[in-house]
Amino acid sequence: MRFSKSIVIRMIVVITLCSAGIFAVTLVVNYLQSRSMLEMELEENARNLASSLANRVDAELVSVAKVTEGMARSLDTAEYSREGLVSLIGSMLDANPSVYGSAIAFEPYAFNKQERLYAPYLFRDEGAVKAIRLDASYRYVPYLYQDWYQIPVELQAPVWSEPYFDDGGGNATMATCSVPFYYSSGGKREVKGVVSADIRLDSLTQLISSVRILKTGYAMLLSRNGMVLTHPDSSFIMNESIFSIAEERRDPVLREMGRKMIAGESGFVHHSLTDEPGWMYYAPIRSTGWTLAVVFPEAELFENVRSLSLTMAGIGTGGLLLLALVVAMATRSITLPLRALASATGPMASGNFDVELPAVRSNDEIGMLTSSFRMMGKSLKEYIRNLTETTAQKERIQSELQMATDIQASLLPRIFPAFPERPEFDIFASMDAAKEVGGDFYDFFFIDDSHLCFLIADVADKGVPAALYMMVAKTLLKSEAQRLRDPGVILEHVNNILAEDNESCMFATVFCAILDTASGELIFSNAGHNPPLLVGSGGVRYLDVKPGFLLGPVPDSGYETERITLRNGDVFFLYTDGVTEAKNREDELFGEQRLLEILQGDFSMAVEDMVHAVRSSVAGFAEGAAQSDDITMVALQYTGNGISSSAIDAPLIISKS
Amino acid sequence: MHERQRSTGSLLFQAFSLMVVVALLSLAAYPSLLHAEPPFKKASLIPLWSPQAQFAGYYVALEKGLYRRYGVELTILNGGSGNSPVEALQSGRADYAVMWLTTALRHRDAGIRLVNISQVIQRSSMMLISRKSSRIDSLQGMNGKKVGLWDGDLSIPPLTLFSRRGITIRQVPLTNTVNLFLRGGIEVTSAMWYNEYHVILNSGVDADELNAVFLSEQGVNFPEDGIYGLEKTVKGDPALAAAIADASREGWQYAFDHPEEALDIVMKYMLRAHVPANRMHQKWMLNRMRDIIMPGTAFGKLPSGTLDRKDYHDAGNAMQRAGLIGGYPDYADFTWRHDAVQ
Repeated sequence: MRFSKSIVIRMIVVITLCSAGIFAVTLVVNYLQSRSMLEMELEENARNLASSLANRVDAELVSVAKVTEGMARSLDTAEYSREGLVSLIGSMLDANPSVYGSAIAFEPYAFNKQERLYAPYLFRDEGAVKAIRLDASYRYVPYLYQDWYQIPVELQAPVWSEPYFDDGGGNATMATCSVPFYYSSGGKREVKGVVSADIRLDSLTQLISSVRILKTGYAMLLSRNGMVLTHPDSSFIMNESIFSIAEERRDPVLREMGRKMIAGESGFVHHSLTDEPGWMYYAPIRSTGWTLAVVFPEAELFENVRSLSLTMAGIGTGGLLLLALVVAMATRSITLPLRALASATGPMASGNFDVELPAVRSNDEIGMLTSSFRMMGKSLKEYIRNLTETTAQKERIQSELQMATDIQASLLPRIFPAFPERPEFDIFASMDAAKEVGGDFYDFFFIDDSHLCFLIADVADKGVPAALYMMVAKTLLKSEAQRLRDPGVILEHVNNILAEDNESCMFATVFCAILDTASGELIFSNAGHNPPLLVGSGGVRYLDVKPGFLLGPVPDSGYETERITLRNGDVFFLYTDGVTEAKNREDELFGEQRLLEILQGDFSMAVEDMVHAVRSSVAGFAEGAAQSDDITMVALQYTGNGISSSAIDAPLIISKS
Repeated sequence: MHERQRSTGSLLFQAFSLMVVVALLSLAAYPSLLHAEPPFKKASLIPLWSPQAQFAGYYVALEKGLYRRYGVELTILNGGSGNSPVEALQSGRADYAVMWLTTALRHRDAGIRLVNISQVIQRSSMMLISRKSSRIDSLQGMNGKKVGLWDGDLSIPPLTLFSRRGITIRQVPLTNTVNLFLRGGIEVTSAMWYNEYHVILNSGVDADELNAVFLSEQGVNFPEDGIYGLEKTVKGDPALAAAIADASREGWQYAFDHPEEALDIVMKYMLRAHVPANRMHQKWMLNRMRDIIMPGTAFGKLPSGTLDRKDYHDAGNAMQRAGLIGGYPDYADFTWRHDAVQ
């Protein structure tokens, strides 16, 4: 359950997260690209809108300026009466409905020498044109020091004033176009007065607010000083300038923008004068140095993009949920058979191969896995049956081999002392088989009353064939010894018999000796066996015997019979190569020298102790390492003829029989 | 006030005791007076211009009931074009007026007996401004240039400076806008630090594009706004004069301690008077008022409102030498201090 759950959850998490990531990136990229496309489009739109609006305002202002200029130029040349001036202004107002009022104001004593100031002014008042005199109507500041008069006079150039409330004149918020007119005095041009034409700010506000910009966008007019002239928030009008807003918002960027505006530049900026983000395009109105700005609130501008993105996000989220569901179902359909298989193979793991596996319904990996499990169960069952049979067989062979070992052991004389009734010698032998059935053997028996034959042999190879060969060899040696009574001849005969039908090319080394118990004379012959040791009162040494050829492989091999005479106490020690070639864990050999040293130890030892000493020494040397060869020893001590133990350096009496 | 009374000794105490006895006797005669509100003295004050932060202290004192606390029912009249403070005093329309020391000295010389009851602004905030681009980098550079000066009393300090330095200028009358300067109609304009200078900055001209010269740094430090009354008014009710001076001082202190509230009050009076109101401009103005009312005591208490004797004589001397006045009165004659009188 846990296993299937974890796969399902992992699949859901991985697939859903990956999809969500891809989807989110797509969504964001889409949103940003749409925005930037929209911004590009917006800039174009804003530029067109602001420019066209600025041009419309400019066109109106330019036409007013032209008319005013025309009046000024006519005043340069012609002298007008009071009535003439009024009718000049009146006809101008009639021809130009966008002009709110107009004045012709004279420099001190310029109209006539009697009157210091003279300034007729006509303006529209409730549908009618009203005529007043500005020299009388301005209560506190004479018209001479009003911006609309003073600035063009000082500059001697046409000027559009900053919008102002004309207190005492038109009594409205207006902007005035003023053009000086001149007279010539001694070739010098002197200002005679100023012609003015007023535009009400209301009319500009109407023109500008009539332009719809989205739902909440707006156009805005700024004066040459950055003063806000039109704005949806009327508290801004004539009170705030772009610079005071910048100061309040501590926004140096806005101030810099304002400076660009009043310098007559145009631009597209991400700024809306308020906290609400927006885009603004500003363009100059050339004739007045004012600025027209179009503001697009960002929220509204990107509303469509945002709602599209939200819809996409909604669809995406739904899709992701659906995807998670589908992944869960698909993964479940995979893990269910796996779960069934897992629960079915549980008993199989504990050895029950007869369980019913779920039926293979599809040809997919799960089906293949089920088939494989089924095959595996079958094969394992078969294998276990074979193994059981083989084991039974092996056990039988094992027991038979054990029996063979017992039989083999029973063939060797194992009762010691072997001849308690014969005091003239003592003999002891032992064999430790490396495998169950050894290839070594020894034997001793009397061939007549005074002659004891004893021998030691080592059949090449181990196991059953060696044991069988050993049986044959032992039997032959015993029977031939009793018949022939000479070791060399015995070996020669036995060799010929063995070589006769030796198809498997088996062979053995044999050392065969016959002791005359009365004289201590010992005759012996060697068929490839290790040289024997003679332990006498003078020490221990290896006898230098003729090696002779192995018994078995080649017929008609000659074997010499040699002889020595044992003195009282001499021990004749035979051994197989299992002793000298015993190995320890470091693969060192026990060696002939070590054997020699052990036997040198105590001359007075009994033969049995001697054999046991060698055995325990070999075992100690091997330190438990498994031995590959049988370890066999035969030791004979002659005690019977009164001749004392031979000196070790005494020449051996060896003669051919 | 009360400290002074105590310090004047036992004679005053006796007089006071006598007064108390008389008062108690009269109360006994007219028991109804016992329950009457203490009567407020009615008085009026006219600032030298329409409402703005230049007069924040007075509006704040009025709005926060400080004049009433001093027992005065004060009316602040509308200043501005056509409302000359001196005329208002002469005509009796106003009891007290805020005006410049130079103005007061000129009128005093013309025979109108004006008395200073409190000197509010301690230093001159007048400047001469030119654009760096016009290459006028010193006072001498203004020689022969078109310089915009306000008509009347406000031209006294710059004219004093020019005459002292022997500079001849082409004087162009200024009204109440800076457009003549901005459009290049004049090369130099006079400006108040707390007003026109900021208007110019907020018309898109950066401070580093301007050369601005403070008159006070050129040795013409004529103290500006003070509270004045006619001698007979002051002498007629010294307690009222003292109350107005003290309450006004408290009003200024309150305004500087609570600038946003003071701005709210000023803006309210500006809208009521239908004058263009820009809060940032008023804020600038209030901050500069603090600089010139409390010079060097940024976090301290308001100065006592005493006209500095040296400043007074400097201004009088300068004006006399410039031929603007024939002479000027004794300091003690010109100033009146309620604490000094008693």
